[in-house]
Amino acid sequence: MELLISLSVGIVVGSGVYLILQRELLRVIMGSLLLGYGINMALFLSGGIKTGGPPILGEEGPAGAVTDPLPQALILTAIVIGLGVFALLLALGYRTFQETGTTDLSELAGVEHE
Amino acid sequence: MSNLVVAPVVLPLLTGAVLLFAPRRLAWQRGVSIVSALLVVAVGLILVRTAWQGGIQVFQAGNWPAPFGITLVADLTSALLVSATSVAALAVVLFSPYGMGKDREELYYYAGFHFLLVGVHGSFLTGDIFNLFVFFELMLLASYLLVALGGTAVQLRETFKYALINNVASGFFLLGVAWLYRTYGTLNMADLALRVSMSESNGWLSVIAVLFIVVFGVKAAVFPLYGWLPGSYFAGPTPVVAFFGGVLSKVGIYALLRTFTLIFVEDPAFTHRGVLLPLALITMVIGIIGAIAQTDFKRILSFHIISQIGYMLMGIGLLTPLAIAGTIIFVVHQMVVKTVLFLTAGAAEQVTGTTDLRKMSGLLTSHGPLGVLFLIAALALVGIPPLSGFFGKLTLLQAGVEARAFFSVAVALIVGLGTLFSMIKIFRYSFWGEEKGLRLLDKNSPAFRGLLAPIALLVVVSAALGLGAEHVITYTSASAQQLLSGQAYIEAVLGSFVVARSGS
Repeated sequence: MELLISLSVGIVVGSGVYLILQRELLRVIMGSLLLGYGINMALFLSGGIKTGGPPILGEEGPAGAVTDPLPQALILTAIVIGLGVFALLLALGYRTFQETGTTDLSELAGVEHE
Repeated sequence: MSNLVVAPVVLPLLTGAVLLFAPRRLAWQRGVSIVSALLVVAVGLILVRTAWQGGIQVFQAGNWPAPFGITLVADLTSALLVSATSVAALAVVLFSPYGMGKDREELYYYAGFHFLLVGVHGSFLTGDIFNLFVFFELMLLASYLLVALGGTAVQLRETFKYALINNVASGFFLLGVAWLYRTYGTLNMADLALRVSMSESNGWLSVIAVLFIVVFGVKAAVFPLYGWLPGSYFAGPTPVVAFFGGVLSKVGIYALLRTFTLIFVEDPAFTHRGVLLPLALITMVIGIIGAIAQTDFKRILSFHIISQIGYMLMGIGLLTPLAIAGTIIFVVHQMVVKTVLFLTAGAAEQVTGTTDLRKMSGLLTSHGPLGVLFLIAALALVGIPPLSGFFGKLTLLQAGVEARAFFSVAVALIVGLGTLFSMIKIFRYSFWGEEKGLRLLDKNSPAFRGLLAPIALLVVVSAALGLGAEHVITYTSASAQQLLSGQAYIEAVLGSFVVARSGS
């Protein structure tokens, strides 16, 4: 199970990096979203997967073993932050399109500033 | 246990929340901001005093004991950096009404600024590496908003770059946190330090350390990860940029300072001498070459930030008590002086309508006080005694000689010459010479006086840091000792838990 999730982390992060390297603004934003998701999955792995029962009194697994709840709390926080950043990036991208009329990053590089 | 530690985080948070209402009532917005900034300065100074007299102050949220709950810690270093930040923030808040257009001020500027402060103070005070990530994100979100404030095409483009690069870096941060948790089973920094000291990681810790160098290197603009800095610092509104230049890039340095004196100390020959020190030297040189090549007030200053980051990194790379003390002095000095230099750039921009050095000259004749204040701040940056920059550099160089790192010392001295050259260039072009270019503000107008007051405030603080150098060096030596030994930090945070664990 852990190997399977590790492999999917690799695939998701790889897709994210591929998208970030594109020239289209929206794809870049989606890429950074995927990158974040992949890393969240890696964070999920950091506590080990299902090593016991749920961490609630009276529902522990055999010999009182419980699954580590901390990584899940961490991921929850990371997802919320990721959502905030994603929304901001989308808004930023949309404003950039309104202001410059293009979403091609190589064209944006030509905006005059001096 | 001290509730005071949480005040520098909670006060700006409440202020920001209050300021979200009625963004257009500027008098109210400014008033509340100034009062809040003054309060935080007072809290910062009290924190410095209590940390000096009463040792490390720890706040455990909800009274949960340390490795399980949320911990805020104010040791000597954190307390000093919080108060330096709050002074810079006060000056920026005072400068803002005159330093940018009313239309920008009305776009939730003050609320965003206070949320930024929450992130900065939180990063300095947190005792938990995951909360460091959270506070970093808070700071970054607010900073994206502030750089893009006004929404011109250049700003949007630069903000997008800035946001994207930092977003990727945050992803790596999270990955580093995951690896640390996988390896040591804790994220509390004191607990981590304890577990690192009790076990052998066979090089795995160095892998994580390098990952964190990348993460904090992006935030601090270390070579080769500095590419986002000059552009986004050029694009933003001046008061924002002043605060970013003074304080924000130093948060990355603080994070390196904290983690690389407390946690990643297993193999200093590789992580410190092998990676950080060479990076420091290249950062210094690249930054100064960039600065010499520019002919724009703000751009020269932006490249200077990069070169000064190199000095601070050099102290961490040397990892001797004297070097760490030098780094801390340097960080505090930079927080004050860099902010004031950017503020003078902003004032010059308000007066002449441009930051291009070729289009202005003779400001010393028409606006004398600004020129004098700029000269003092510039000399402080270069490191002319008795101003604050001298003692930071002296301590760092002394540490370099003691550690027999003569090459690093030589590079640092040559870069110092480059700094002097580019500051003289600014002075010669914009202040010296015959009057040329526009004069939008009269020397005696209230707007110009409003611009001068916060600049004068920070110049006085910088001079005080230099004239009171004896006390500053005593204080920073003590805080370097505290950082390097780590024992006091661990005991203050974990308390009785340590005794219980080492007994079992």
